[in-house]
Amino acid sequence: MDGLNIPLNHILLVSSLLFAIGMMGLMIRRNIIFILMSLEVMLNSAALAFVAAGAHWGQPDGQIVFMLILTVAAAEVAVGLGLVLQVQKRFKTLDMDHANRMRG
Amino acid sequence: MRELIWLIPLIPLLSSVTLMLAGSRLPRLVIGIAGVGSVGFAALLTLVTGIDFMANPEPFQLTLWTWMQVGSFAPGVAFYFDGLTLVMMSVITGVGFLIHLFSTEFMERDESYARYFAYLNMFVAAMLVLVMADNLLLLYLGWEGVGVCSYLLVGFWYQNSANGQAARKAFIVTRIGDTAMALGLFLLFTELGTLDIQAMVGIANETWQVGDNVALIACLLLLAGAVGKSAQLPLHTWLPDAMAGPTPVSALIHAATMVTAGVYLIARTHGLFLLAPEAMMAVAVIGIATTLMAAFTALMQSDIKRILAYSTISQIGYMFLALGVGAWTAGIFHLMTHAFFKALLFLGSGAIIHCLHHEHNIFKMGGLRTRMPVTFWSFMIGSAALAALPMTSGFFSKDQILLQAYQMPGMGPWLWLAGLLGALLTAIYSFRLVFVVFFGAAKTEPDKDTGWRMALPLTVLCGLSLIGGYFIIPVQDVFPVGSADHPAHWVEYVSISVPLFGVLLAYLIFHTGQLKVDSLVNSRIGQTLRQFWLSGWGIDWLYDRLFVRPYYSLSGMLKSEPVDAIYGLIVAINQTFNHWLSAAQTGRMRWYIVSMVFGLVVLLTLALQISSEVL
Repeated sequence: MDGLNIPLNHILLVSSLLFAIGMMGLMIRRNIIFILMSLEVMLNSAALAFVAAGAHWGQPDGQIVFMLILTVAAAEVAVGLGLVLQVQKRFKTLDMDHANRMRG
Repeated sequence: MRELIWLIPLIPLLSSVTLMLAGSRLPRLVIGIAGVGSVGFAALLTLVTGIDFMANPEPFQLTLWTWMQVGSFAPGVAFYFDGLTLVMMSVITGVGFLIHLFSTEFMERDESYARYFAYLNMFVAAMLVLVMADNLLLLYLGWEGVGVCSYLLVGFWYQNSANGQAARKAFIVTRIGDTAMALGLFLLFTELGTLDIQAMVGIANETWQVGDNVALIACLLLLAGAVGKSAQLPLHTWLPDAMAGPTPVSALIHAATMVTAGVYLIARTHGLFLLAPEAMMAVAVIGIATTLMAAFTALMQSDIKRILAYSTISQIGYMFLALGVGAWTAGIFHLMTHAFFKALLFLGSGAIIHCLHHEHNIFKMGGLRTRMPVTFWSFMIGSAALAALPMTSGFFSKDQILLQAYQMPGMGPWLWLAGLLGALLTAIYSFRLVFVVFFGAAKTEPDKDTGWRMALPLTVLCGLSLIGGYFIIPVQDVFPVGSADHPAHWVEYVSISVPLFGVLLAYLIFHTGQLKVDSLVNSRIGQTLRQFWLSGWGIDWLYDRLFVRPYYSLSGMLKSEPVDAIYGLIVAINQTFNHWLSAAQTGRMRWYIVSMVFGLVVLLTLALQISSEVL
């Protein structure tokens, strides 16, 4: 453990990068599957930040929250993919802009 | 018999309701029998009651039920019967019956035959309630009832929008007076605690001294109501326009009965007016001013019905003069004789109009003397009575009014002189009508003569107009007795000779043409005066400028609802924001995310900015 002493800042930087990538994906992607993937990336970036912080301060809380996030992500994917199937069935497309039925 | 007087207004009312509900399905003969018969039956009952009353002239009161009870205010549906009521009821049912009979021929080609008789019967019922009412509230019910019927009948031929206009004018102008009268009733009730006429006069005599200000205000308010209904200055403008209705309606409502309701009201409440001498003076002045104004106007008109309408206004002015000088009996007497001869004249003009293809202009008639003899004699007798030629009914009543006006202390002789001028004008305009319409060359050929249903009422009314002056009306117990002394004989002689002189003038001007007035009429001042009088002294014009147009422009302004504009502004602002914000609700998820991120960035930047400044 001692040999691999990566500074916390670096990890947080990676985490921020992952978050930004996920958010960019969320903003520019139209395919719902890619949107879900981007969400996963963002969740994982947060989980990474938790784990890193937990390791830094020698606390178990970070890992516990990571477990929670993992569960949430799994549940989200389960629901999300179910929705994807429904969207595909109903609209014959995965493009979220075409599936828009609002007339605002 | 006395317990059954409630039947008298009820029968025409029932007939009216029947005709309204089932009239369109009934044959014309049945409609005619119901319409005329109900009024005839009422007339018969009035006659029987009248004979009964004459045998035992004791006023009586009949309470049917309590109308409403609010605290001490409990007006009943109650009738009061005395000599004055009897006179009014006889005129309404008697003349009313003759006019109904006349109408069956006049309206025989009209498609709304049932509607006509339904309205006319309802009018008779309402008018009977008016004169029989024991309290002022029930009187007011009849008062408004006749107003509604007048409105409906003036606008009877509603397909022509001018008739609707005339009906609305009649309704609205009289409504001004009615509002004042309602205020008068409120005032009387708050001051005296009852609207029961007999009790009210008694309490008023205990409460108020002669000349009391409250009594004066109450009387002036009642007078305003009477002025509106009886078409006196300044609320007379509706009556000439009300001639838009069928001619028998003009005869019944706008000559014989409804327009004299104001005279009846003042006579009925004379106990109050005696407490307010200034109000009586106002009655006399309004009466004489109206008499002269309307007489000058009648002199210039060329529409036969408008001449008679202005003549009616003028004659009611005489009745007001009589009431104002305290000649109550003479006023009511003139009311009765006027009902006879003016109904006769109106029915006569109705016969002319009926037989002359609805021609109203007297200068397009002429020479009808030999072609329509019954009508000619009706007009001769009616005009003689109207002009108060000796031995006719109008002579007795008008002569009494003038003599009693002369005896009034103070301005009596002046009122008498003005009344004489009115009598002179009356004689001229009524015989101008006779000479122009019945003498000279024929200009329009009548296509038929009157049938018996027209001739009979005319004949009966001719008789009444001749002998009506010898009737003695049983009102000696109703009104206080006036002074018995007579003015000097020369006053009487002048009063008699002035109408004769007027007839002579009319004969010379309009028949033989020996008296040339063309140069006088065609001079500049003559033309101006002629126009002025022809337009009814410009009063319609004045009201149009003073009230009608400002009202129209005001309502034009209010049409856009300026007050609502303030609230409209709030709505508009909300709608604008709503529009903007709903534009953001596109349903595009990426757009939401971008806006969330943008907002987050802005907030974070601000938070960092603030925290760095604080630290």
